Amino acid sequence: MKPAAFDYVVAESIDAAVAALAAANGEAKILAGGQSLVPMLNFRLLRPSTLVDINRIPDLAFIEEGADAIVVGALTRHHRLETAPVIARHLPVVAEAMRHVAHLAIRNRGTIGGSLAHADPAAELPMLALLLDATLHVVSHAGPRTIAARDFFLGPLTVDLAPDEIVTRIVLPKLPPATGWGFAEVARRNGDFALAAAAATLKLRDGVIGEARIAMTGIDDTAKRAGEAEALLAGRTLTPDLIDTAVAAARAGVNPPTDLHASSDYRRHLVGVLVGRALADAWRRARGEQS
Amino acid sequence: MSTARAIKVTVNGVMYERTVEPRLLLSDFLRHILGLTGTHVGCEHGVCGACTVLLDGDSVRSCLLFAVQVDGLRVETVESLGTIDRMNPLQEAFHEHHALQCGFCTPGMLITATDLLRKYPLASDEEIREGLSGNLCRCTGYEHIVRAVRAVVGTKDAPP
Repeated sequence: MKPAAFDYVVAESIDAAVAALAAANGEAKILAGGQSLVPMLNFRLLRPSTLVDINRIPDLAFIEEGADAIVVGALTRHHRLETAPVIARHLPVVAEAMRHVAHLAIRNRGTIGGSLAHADPAAELPMLALLLDATLHVVSHAGPRTIAARDFFLGPLTVDLAPDEIVTRIVLPKLPPATGWGFAEVARRNGDFALAAAAATLKLRDGVIGEARIAMTGIDDTAKRAGEAEALLAGRTLTPDLIDTAVAAARAGVNPPTDLHASSDYRRHLVGVLVGRALADAWRRARGEQS
Repeated sequence: MSTARAIKVTVNGVMYERTVEPRLLLSDFLRHILGLTGTHVGCEHGVCGACTVLLDGDSVRSCLLFAVQVDGLRVETVESLGTIDRMNPLQEAFHEHHALQCGFCTPGMLITATDLLRKYPLASDEEIREGLSGNLCRCTGYEHIVRAVRAVVGTKDAPP
């Protein structure tokens, strides 16, 4: 339960981090919050030659409000995203979901960029990035690039990020006006990874659903959008029957794992229930109704 | 390869200068190098919460940090809260409400509760239970720990 030896490099700037990654020929790992990485090191599931510590890079932890989006630095800690007033105002679904991410001591340390790059298939942040059509900014020795969240998550713990690339910021578009949101999760214990979770936004247009977005986690190799369910909601009024139809479409689009904690069938059932709850909450909020 | 590094860390108000291997966990640094055995080590992968300490005031798992990472930073362990003769209000409440049996989880419980009391209103027992859910206790069934934290919320005498 102790890590193997490694070289330790403190990067004082993004440029220095990128240079250290390039110098390690793909054998280095970035040490951000370390809340997933260090357990893997302690178990010796990973034995990187070098850890590049980015915790001292000053311009990597921030939350900035733009006209249409909130830009979050990759080193921003979960607890800051959970509690920032600008997130509560413009992305309340994020503030709500963050309370379900692990425990305070983990949220104090874990980072947004780290969680996205780690891409646990049951984590909340990849689901939120998909829900909100987020954009990730990454940089390497070869230069910067941007990538849409929908193209970023490739498989379990696998993302479109080269060994010498680092996530620098995430752009989260604000919820548009007349948009309601919902979030629902079931975990075995508070703070555990989700057995399944779902989040939804409904934008009203002329009193009916103009645009629906539904994202799910814990139910496949990666978090996923429920594209077919979203499509059949457009232009409609949300009724119990329509929820049932959307839930059935969402269930048909997932391939949940079976593990110690739950069977595939149970997770498929569960995510449908959670999608239904998230949609009902989103509809209620979009119409300005109290709970 | 993995050259030892000199670090300066302030632990419970005392500055320590030591030379450590990069892979040395903060939990082992506190216990083995500094002899501060109040911080307990349970699972060493961030699940049990026994090793929780404050880093620049925020609760963190000391088994998920390397000692080299806290160079120049401030660490507080359970030893900073009080002494046997002068326990702080939270420790008094744990004593009063019988919030420990074997005591293994207690340092992590105290540090976690200290941070929870600063950051959340803890308006309900449910919120206290959620806050403490990252700290495993195999003796008490948690009931008395929740009562102890509740008692401190009630007195508005929360630790600073």
